[in-house]
Amino acid sequence: MAYFPDSMPRPAPTMDDAGFWAACSERKLRFQACADCGQPRHPPTPICPACHSTKMKWIDAPARAEVFTFNVIHHASHPAVAARLPYVGALITFPDLPGVRLVSNVTDCAPSLVRIGMQVELWWDDIGDGMFVPRFRPAKGDAS
Amino acid sequence: MASKTDPARRTCIAGVGQSEYTKWGGIQDRSQFQVTAEAILGALADAGIKPADVDGLTSFSNDSNDAPLMQVALGMPRLRLSGMVWGGGGGGTCGAISMACASIEAGHADVVVAYRGLCQGQGRRFGLFGQGRVNGNFVDPFGLFAPSQMLSLAVRRFMHLYPITEDHLCEIGLNARANANRNPLAVMHGRPLTRDQYLASRWIAEPLRLYDCCLETDGAAAVVITTRERARDLPSTPVDILAAAHGSGPGWGSGLLSGHNMPDDDYASTNGKYLAKELFAHAGLDPKDIDVAQIYDHFSGLVLMALEDYGFCAAGESGEFVASGAIRWPDGRLPLNTSGGQLSEAYVHGMNLVIEGVRQIRGTSTSQVADARTCLVTGGLGVSPTSAVILGRH
Repeated sequence: MAYFPDSMPRPAPTMDDAGFWAACSERKLRFQACADCGQPRHPPTPICPACHSTKMKWIDAPARAEVFTFNVIHHASHPAVAARLPYVGALITFPDLPGVRLVSNVTDCAPSLVRIGMQVELWWDDIGDGMFVPRFRPAKGDAS
Repeated sequence: MASKTDPARRTCIAGVGQSEYTKWGGIQDRSQFQVTAEAILGALADAGIKPADVDGLTSFSNDSNDAPLMQVALGMPRLRLSGMVWGGGGGGTCGAISMACASIEAGHADVVVAYRGLCQGQGRRFGLFGQGRVNGNFVDPFGLFAPSQMLSLAVRRFMHLYPITEDHLCEIGLNARANANRNPLAVMHGRPLTRDQYLASRWIAEPLRLYDCCLETDGAAAVVITTRERARDLPSTPVDILAAAHGSGPGWGSGLLSGHNMPDDDYASTNGKYLAKELFAHAGLDPKDIDVAQIYDHFSGLVLMALEDYGFCAAGESGEFVASGAIRWPDGRLPLNTSGGQLSEAYVHGMNLVIEGVRQIRGTSTSQVADARTCLVTGGLGVSPTSAVILGRH
């Protein structure tokens, strides 16, 4: 069962971010990077800001991930989240892949225990119709 | 470095106009477009300028009150500037003014109205999910639908990096409410707020409580920009634009509203430190020369960041700054958001803050700073572009 109900807004891939979501549909978290100079970037954009190449590749996100910052959401701005309140929004960074941040959630943890710097691990939320959304939970061995 | 503008083309705000401000859904008797046109006509009447003399219209944040339709409604024979500042979150409030100034200084237009009409009861409530957000794919599926849920991430990081506490956030809210209670036109006039009420209020997105978040309102506001030379013959009291700027640092993109992909050093910031330097240099002023400020208060925590980014205190010291009473009217070093701001007057995407800046320099605010000669006004913070003006008297 998905983390949020079926009425939750789904990603609607565009020509510029379709590669990210295609990887997600295969349960692979991949970030866009320049195929010429290697610079990673997120959200996806069709031209490398560093060297202006339009050649791109998709690189696997490192396993090691941590909470850069987070909030605890108590207000249902969409009916789909009402039963999940309060839930944790988080900005995830990857120490082995500087330059990329991912907005996601931290689940499987009391909101009061989430903290900046917390080590988290990826899990795939099956939202149906062949799409998966990347969410995170405390990594095994994290102090909290 | 002071301004190099042709002295004959230096600009001022010659008139201001606003509709009634109400809670969202409060204006049902006429359309948002009509309310906006009325605010523009009010600003022109205040300036003493005929609508037929207006030759430019500017707005921002995808204002749906189209300039081409507004030209027809106002009966303007010529439109020489139809300007929209890209970007959301009210970032372009003062950008609509800087674009007007650039056009006027260059001789492409002579009288420009910068305006914003925003009746959330007739369109979308900003506190609710709405389709079509830029890079919405990277926030919507995670349950971050409203700006409070996106920008609170940066406020948390800011409070992690620096000694900023809930009492400092509270002070931004209490100050706004105290000022609103002197402003009969403020939506929250007559509704005092205490620290206990603030602390007991419900969480919206921790670390932001209800009173850390701006209002959802209906209203419109407009300002008339022309040359100081032309304004000399007008019956109104013009206020000089000493500097106006909009822009962004590198990599902000959809900024805190989605991508969160700005450089690390910029993360817990307003994106204003780059343009602040230009702004003060252009005006030939320092932060210490500013008498009063209207800082875009969508969320309390971003106001604290702005006090640092605009140089009123050092990085990390904004909490201490506000705790010292510095932002309180009438005796603080920098009375702030003197109409009640967007936390307690109205949320007209910042254009109401510009009007309050004009009132301060004219000496007509309900929380008037004695002999105010300079006022900083900012547009939306934590987005790209952001913007600011310095108003004053030459």
